Amino acid sequence: MLAVHVERQLGEFAVNVSFTSDTAATALFGPSGAGKTSVINMIAGLLKPERGRIVLGDDVLFDSATGINVPAWRRRIGYVFQEGRLFPHFSVRRNLDYARWISGHTRNPNQFSHVIEMLDVGHLLDRRPGKLSGGERQRVAVGRALLMQPRLLLLDEPLASLDAARKREILPYLERLRDDARVPLIYVSHNAAEIRRVVSRVVRLESGKVVETGGIELLDGVRADMLA
Amino acid sequence: MFELSPQDWTAIALSLRVAVVSTLIALPFGIAIATVLARASFWGKSALDALVHLPLVLPPVVTGYLLLVTFGRKAPVGAFLADHFGIVFSFRWTGAALACGVMAFPLMVRAIRLSIEAVDRRLEHAAATLGANPAWTFATVTLPLALPGIIAGMMLAFARALGEFGATITFVSNIPGETQTISAAIYTLTQVPGGDAAAFNLVIVAILISFAALLASEWFARRAAARLHGS
Repeated sequence: MLAVHVERQLGEFAVNVSFTSDTAATALFGPSGAGKTSVINMIAGLLKPERGRIVLGDDVLFDSATGINVPAWRRRIGYVFQEGRLFPHFSVRRNLDYARWISGHTRNPNQFSHVIEMLDVGHLLDRRPGKLSGGERQRVAVGRALLMQPRLLLLDEPLASLDAARKREILPYLERLRDDARVPLIYVSHNAAEIRRVVSRVVRLESGKVVETGGIELLDGVRADMLA
Repeated sequence: MFELSPQDWTAIALSLRVAVVSTLIALPFGIAIATVLARASFWGKSALDALVHLPLVLPPVVTGYLLLVTFGRKAPVGAFLADHFGIVFSFRWTGAALACGVMAFPLMVRAIRLSIEAVDRRLEHAAATLGANPAWTFATVTLPLALPGIIAGMMLAFARALGEFGATITFVSNIPGETQTISAAIYTLTQVPGGDAAAFNLVIVAILISFAALLASEWFARRAAARLHGS
């Protein structure tokens, strides 16, 4: 269960968002500039809210009233960025292995091979990120975030930088991720078709505020021109 | 025709030792200061920046003089280091290395700072979400990505140290076998009637060393860049 209430002024623009999520996959949906990325950056600990409270399960990650602010590197929240952000100086294998390497744990070979199989990246392990296609890069980014065994996985427009064919290629992996990985997802997107396939619950944002919360039927009323 | 005397060899060996040692000792400080200047914002940052760049704009003789009154055997810092740690700079090759390190420092910091500023902070954020604390992020993401600039900074520092003359000769004089580097030896030879032929040999050596250093750094930087861009 994730409970988020965050407020922050960003230039001319104020984010003031509250929502809870207790389902497997929740979408933050809205047009570009609605504050979606800012909200998940605050959940991840990369951006500090001015006021608010973020609670994941029994852990308070942020609370402006009591001054709690768990740093990003202690939150164990996986993050798949829009541009992948793979480390260019490491091979795919070391990218995937990064979180384990940093934490000093021994590798869990079953988990590693399971994720590699699920995302179909086994043949890429010895390559450098610079030599991957956009779709391959995003699959590796998903795998890297999954292999840290996160308590929550944030996906920020993971398909936005890909063309239609690549999107179709990756969507099945995301569905599999939702069904197999047993990690709750927050999926950020402005694309209704994509969201429909991945999530069951929608939080709709506009200009930094939540305008509606509900099931995917919320997407039906949204005009097509908003989804570009 | 091209023959180097034992004194020439002594000066060459000393120059190389001074340049290598001063570059290696300056490196951790250079990385630390460059990181602070690239990333931190604090009161007095421009003063620190100016202080680091001072040896670049001061006449080298002035830097040498300031080193003399700070690190000389009877000077406060010099006496303290000599009494408590047995580190003596005055009229020793260590003093030449200190002078060269100080003179080369601004060039080193500048190159490293630029490369750290060019590192994509978003990759550091990615490392943080994967559980890397700031020190680990710096060691595993920032530093490797800044490596080409660090190599360039070391190269510049090495070349500057090799060419250093004014501060060294002011601080630790020109003692053959102890503080007489190639530059100082050339200077000495040109002061002697008919010494210009012997000086010419050392000039050739200086050119060769600088050229080799340049090629080596180019090669390292290329390799480092290739590693980053995926080949």
